[in-house]
Amino acid sequence: MRLVVVGNGMAGARLVSEVRARDPRMQVTVFGAEQGSPYNRVLLSNVLAGQARPEQLGLHDLSWYDTHRVEAVLGSAVAWIDRESRAVHTADGRRAPYDLLVLATGSEAIVPPIPGVGRAIPFRTLDDCDRIVKAAADSRRAVVIGGGLLGVEAARGLAGRGLPVTLLHLAGHLMERQLDPEAGLVLGETLAGLGVAIRTGASAVAVEDGGVRLAGGELVEGDLVVLACGVRPLTALAAEAGLEVRRGIVVDDELRTDDPSILAIGECAEHDGTVYGLVAPAWEQAAVAADVITGGASRYRGSRLVTRLKASSVELAAMGETHLTDEQAEVVRFSHRARGTYRKLVIRDDRLVGAILLGDTDAVGTLTQLYDRGGPLPGDRAGLLFPGPAPAARADSPTLMPDAAKVCHCNDVTKGQIRACWEAGARDVAGVAAATRATTGCGTCRDAVAGIVGWLCEQEGVPA
Amino acid sequence: MAEPVKTHCPYCALQCGMAISATASGITITPRTDVPANAAGALCQKGWTAADLLTNGARLTSPLLHGRPVDWDVALGHVADRLSAIRLEHGPDGVAVFGGGGLTNEKAYLLGKLARVALGTSQIDYNGRFCMSSAAAASIRAFGMDRGMPFPVTDLAGADVVLLAGANPAETMPPFVRHLDGPRLIVVDPRRTATARLAWLHLRPAPGTDLALALGLLHLAVAEDLVDAAYVEERTSGFDAVRTSLAAWWPERVERITGVPVPRMREAVRALAYAKNAYVLTGRGAEQHAQGTDTVTAFVNLALALGLPGRLGSGYGCLTGQGNGQGGREHGQKADQLPGYRRIDDPAAREHVAGVWGVDPGDLPGPGRSAFELLEALGTPAGPKAMLLFGSNPVVSAPDSARVAERIRSLDLLVVCDVVMSETAALADVVFPVTQWAEETGTMTNLEGRVLLRRQAVRPPPGVRSDLEVIAGLARRLGHDFADEPGKVFEELRRASAGGPADYSGITYDRITGETEDPGETHGGGDVPYGGEVRDRADDRGGAEVGVFWPCPAPGHPGTPRPFLEAFATPGGRARFVPVEHRGPAEEIDDDYPVYLTTGRVLAHYQSGAQTRRIAALAAAVPEPYVELHPDLAGRLDIGAGDLVRVTSRRGQGQGVARISDAIRSDTVFMPFHWEGANRLTNPALDPTSRMPEFKVCAVRVERVT
Repeated sequence: MRLVVVGNGMAGARLVSEVRARDPRMQVTVFGAEQGSPYNRVLLSNVLAGQARPEQLGLHDLSWYDTHRVEAVLGSAVAWIDRESRAVHTADGRRAPYDLLVLATGSEAIVPPIPGVGRAIPFRTLDDCDRIVKAAADSRRAVVIGGGLLGVEAARGLAGRGLPVTLLHLAGHLMERQLDPEAGLVLGETLAGLGVAIRTGASAVAVEDGGVRLAGGELVEGDLVVLACGVRPLTALAAEAGLEVRRGIVVDDELRTDDPSILAIGECAEHDGTVYGLVAPAWEQAAVAADVITGGASRYRGSRLVTRLKASSVELAAMGETHLTDEQAEVVRFSHRARGTYRKLVIRDDRLVGAILLGDTDAVGTLTQLYDRGGPLPGDRAGLLFPGPAPAARADSPTLMPDAAKVCHCNDVTKGQIRACWEAGARDVAGVAAATRATTGCGTCRDAVAGIVGWLCEQEGVPA
Repeated sequence: MAEPVKTHCPYCALQCGMAISATASGITITPRTDVPANAAGALCQKGWTAADLLTNGARLTSPLLHGRPVDWDVALGHVADRLSAIRLEHGPDGVAVFGGGGLTNEKAYLLGKLARVALGTSQIDYNGRFCMSSAAAASIRAFGMDRGMPFPVTDLAGADVVLLAGANPAETMPPFVRHLDGPRLIVVDPRRTATARLAWLHLRPAPGTDLALALGLLHLAVAEDLVDAAYVEERTSGFDAVRTSLAAWWPERVERITGVPVPRMREAVRALAYAKNAYVLTGRGAEQHAQGTDTVTAFVNLALALGLPGRLGSGYGCLTGQGNGQGGREHGQKADQLPGYRRIDDPAAREHVAGVWGVDPGDLPGPGRSAFELLEALGTPAGPKAMLLFGSNPVVSAPDSARVAERIRSLDLLVVCDVVMSETAALADVVFPVTQWAEETGTMTNLEGRVLLRRQAVRPPPGVRSDLEVIAGLARRLGHDFADEPGKVFEELRRASAGGPADYSGITYDRITGETEDPGETHGGGDVPYGGEVRDRADDRGGAEVGVFWPCPAPGHPGTPRPFLEAFATPGGRARFVPVEHRGPAEEIDDDYPVYLTTGRVLAHYQSGAQTRRIAALAAAVPEPYVELHPDLAGRLDIGAGDLVRVTSRRGQGQGVARISDAIRSDTVFMPFHWEGANRLTNPALDPTSRMPEFKVCAVRVERVT
């Protein structure tokens, strides 16, 4: 069995690891257009923000390929697929025959066709990131075009480097695919507080020396312009080979294209009408494809999307169908703009189908898991939005504590027993400890016992 | 009135010091103040009530052959004859030996010798495989040696931050919590346990995801430049491979797997990194998984990256559970091991130990099956047909216990040594009634690696013999002369352990108790007068510490409280980073089994409950098994507090009374494992390295019994 993988990005590299973990012997060749080893693109924003170094992004060392007996052909782009004889050909004349071929060609940054766009730097690869960071060092102001997830992260990252940033966004609010208008507004206000000026409904028509020209004629000043205008699946290789391509390369539940010996995964693939642009679905697809390739029965049924913004001092999670209205679903909403807090649950059939959480909250862990697993929700919806701190263990005052309440866990002593002990003459903690052994285990109930003894003394007018 | 005898508690690995006074009016327990573990004179309810089992009539006092009392010679003779016949028919591996982490060092040692010398079987393992094996494997992998806590327990109090991963000492060893009074606690546990209530920060990962959490914490440590680069450079190896593996474990991904919010992870890792002194400690919650070894390794990697292990005032340690869980894993009752923590497949180790035993190294068997694999093989065509069981109750404590009970029933011969009629003893062909704790002398190695002397304080009931006497009695009938007096067995153990990682050769009973004026004579054992007349000659030792830390390779050696300060026990002296990946629970929840089950202990009971369920005060504190569940789950299932609840897994059913509490996640139920039931449900999926079963997570269905 000869497996050829085209693309050594996050999906392709993951697939190779997953296949190798399942089958130590299969002959595997992976082609990567970039020269270096694969890296974690999710962390690019952290590099841009100066919170990670490029060398922390590597997913495999180059030695990994040797130790795992994977042939890696890096810096060599695949030019065409010969489906007839089942082989791929590179531009430099190399031919690699396959029994199974996986296309993981990913996507490319969309560069809007406007005058002067060459002055701008797209934000997509580690090289792009490197260019932006270098340029930022000599810049006075930055403009980021595109207020989706990546644009927001880039703007926040540049602001964190001390650069005043303007974020231009065509739609009426930021991250409009993930957020409702109010969440977009609160996010914008939070970013503004961190040095990012937000311009929504802004259409860039040209990139000039001094900044970005808007449709209304206004010039938004900036000597560094970053593009985050979305991505487009790289499907040319598949299309030229005659595979079915719509927005992405069309695949079934086994991630196979209409040629059963060719699979496609990641951002180049279209499953059930959806092209995914996040890493989690790509890795889920890689796991299913690896299982299919090694003879397993896994099937891919689509992914649940959780978007988590990586931007320091901005906690944002969005998942599922956040746009449904009160007419379409049960919606629970809390907004506190002054604190940068916005929380929203979208519930259908007692299941969480969408959520937005903006601002630091412990609810994110629970809600993500409820959304991922589709588990039933508790009746107390507010409790989901406000997972309060754990009730204090010994908050009860002696007055309100029932006699049956356990005071000393280590020695199974109740308030009633302490009271009885007091009535029998014990007037301090030592006396109670001698009689009941309370406080002699872990010792953490000492204050509680002292409080009860003191309260009893006070009640009865006995000096403690 | 006789002087109180200074000894130690019969239960957990903290081995609290206690003094026992036996008088005509009864037996009194007083906490000692000279033992660092419970220096404040602390004891939990189990410790205070420990003496009840000495006098409350629950004891076995006569050997039983097929349930009928017989005398010792008949019982021992019967067993020896049957063992010989089974060996003749099925070969030496036709006989299995199963030990326990509560046995003294002397017993663990002699049991291993019985198996390897008198029976010639490779088929020996013990219940510590279910407790400590994952932490042990990870420690050996990283440090070259497994001494649970490689520092004195009293060091903890000086730390700024302590992270407890899957450990609940407030429930399992309460006096230990006093050592955590100073540091800020970070507790990793799916449940808001008694320990989590004391925490400065409680991280609540979904069951079976602790490994992912540890990877996320380490990712953050690297990303935020909190790694102690100088330490990593000087004292470790392998960091680059770990750093590369971490790129796949960015915190937002980990948050989705674990349910622990990214900001809480950041707080945890920053607190640990900014602390002047910090400790990372693991317990069974992190370890009892099919990925338990890797989980511990991930926490060890975190500790190493932050420069903690082998530094005064900081470190990594595991909290050993059973009374002699440390010593019990060192002296040869483990399938792959010889005394002194030697490997049985190491030719030099075989030669040394064979020399002490006076046998040919080639005659020693090789490694045998691990605990669950051994139990699973019992009575099968390729498996053992007889089993000798000491200090364990696998019908209650083994995973998938209904299947284990079925395997045990299929044996041609089951021999059980116990103090009381445990659930497993009830299935035995022959039961030997043995002495317990205060009725015998022996050494215990506590969670710190401190070797202690647990001394005889009272006379055992008539008709009862020690495990050592049973082992030696069987060996004698099989043609081998074994010592059966604890002091003599310990002298032999010292020689057998000499030169091994766990070297006890410089330790004597007198050194342990601080009685060095008479170094030629060991103290305690068969010549000790009965009836509470054993006197401690070291009443006034001027504040000298109790016990000796191993390794202690020579009589004049002071012992080694902190073995890694200069170098780790690896060939190059460097600690090893090992890259690991999170795989998740072996059994995930689904539509048929939609709830996680996790299991654990309660304060009032110990292990399979054979002892504590027979003590009135403890039985009153927690009288019956229960199922802890969240109000949301209870509401959906129409279960009220106090209802009888049935829990079903792919392997079996268990029942308990509902306890409704928001201290547990709504996707998880908890059952204590001190009764038959919980382990009928648990999953025997094994860790590939340690062979630890996955006690801490499986998928179940929960319903009210109508």
